[in-house]
Amino acid sequence: MPYNDDTRFVPRDREWHPPAYAPGYKTSVARSPRQALVSLVAPTRSELAGPDFTRLRLGPHDNDLLLNFREDPALGGAAGLPIGERILLFGRVVDQFGKPVPQTLVEMWQANAGGRYRHQKDRYLAPLDPNFGGVGRCLTDADGWYRFRTIKPGPYPWPNDVNSWRPAHIHVSVMGPSISTRLITQMYFEGDPLIPLCPIVNTLRDPEAVATMTGRLDMARSRSMDCLAYRFDLVVRGAVQTYFENQG
Amino acid sequence: MHQPNSRSLADTLLKETASQTAGPYVHIGLALELAGLPPRDEEIGPQLAGDAAKGEPIELVGRVIDGNGDTVRDALLEAWQADADGEYQCQFDLAAPFNSFGRSAATAHNDGEWRFTTIKPGAVALADGRRMAPHVNLAIFARGINIQLQTRLYFDDETDANAACPILNAIESPTRRQTLIATRETREGRTCYRFDIRLQGEGETVFFDF
Ligand SMILES: [Fe+3]
Repeated sequence: MPYNDDTRFVPRDREWHPPAYAPGYKTSVARSPRQALVSLVAPTRSELAGPDFTRLRLGPHDNDLLLNFREDPALGGAAGLPIGERILLFGRVVDQFGKPVPQTLVEMWQANAGGRYRHQKDRYLAPLDPNFGGVGRCLTDADGWYRFRTIKPGPYPWPNDVNSWRPAHIHVSVMGPSISTRLITQMYFEGDPLIPLCPIVNTLRDPEAVATMTGRLDMARSRSMDCLAYRFDLVVRGAVQTYFENQG
Repeated sequence: MHQPNSRSLADTLLKETASQTAGPYVHIGLALELAGLPPRDEEIGPQLAGDAAKGEPIELVGRVIDGNGDTVRDALLEAWQADADGEYQCQFDLAAPFNSFGRSAATAHNDGEWRFTTIKPGAVALADGRRMAPHVNLAIFARGINIQLQTRLYFDDETDANAACPILNAIESPTRRQTLIATRETREGRTCYRFDIRLQGEGETVFFDF
């Protein structure tokens, strides 16, 4: 975004986001700083500016996970559709003032319907789907809307507690107008009974914060005889114009 | 700073979507080749500068080290830096000789060593005209990291600029400032700056909130 010396972002509420050290999620224990974060009272151009991806050349099916993997010629002509519940995942990226964030990069990745990731390190016994890669990206439109066509991912087990399962989820990454608004989250599916059991979800202290990560079934956007729709709006930090002298 | 309505402002603001860890499979989404996926036509990668970029070609390399002293092998890093003139090139364009933004990953494939190919950034001006020492903003995402950690890499051959940098000086402990200084070395004839990021414990890297 064009950098403006008068722009400031609403400070991040660190009590709202998960803490670095969240012992219920065991991997965080050795990966969490013990020292306090150093606060930049007056963020600089380095923090206030950010990349604009409108010239990143996206493929025609980068946001269509039903099609974007099978079409790769290197894959030897797999031609079917992925297995799973077909869904439309869509939503709007807005800032904390409700202002749409246009032309921003939204990226996502997910497991297949069996809960298996197409990743060299995923050894879960559920099979790979020859027609499913599990990655998508798009830019929001002029009003901040994004959309992906995909399948609903399956839950999967992971080594944390003796029997921990991740609720079905889609990893979602959004840039926003600045590196200060950069955010990676996970979208969960409304009503999934695994959500309250998940140690990663439970890194959050406030149930309302969990609610911000919940995709809602939207029957009005669901397509008859085709797919269900889930709406997931993303809220990134709000930009405020300030008029103070001698900042920085 | 006078903020007469800060309380009521906070009440009307939407809450930010909560952060969650990028997890162990972040590469599927943000570094496809490392996951074993075919890359798309254009990917955001670790090369910020091509041969035609103005400035001194350098590499930035390092590890992410956890509180046990072990190398993290599933971290994703994002770099954001100015060009040789101290300006941010916000329009990401793979056809351009230089981009201010890039991504790299530390995985088992590279023995946990992330790397960026870039040029040494110039000094970025503050609003009041003072200049910060040359630096690269880095964001670290990984399994076990619930919200990205944000730091800055500075250069050990910029002694005077570092000593005068208002941001480095905002770090109260001079000892901790040293955790942000990358060390210059030559590797296979190339200039590189090594910057190990210690997540926790002795020599813990300074991370910023901004
Ligand atoms: Fe996951």
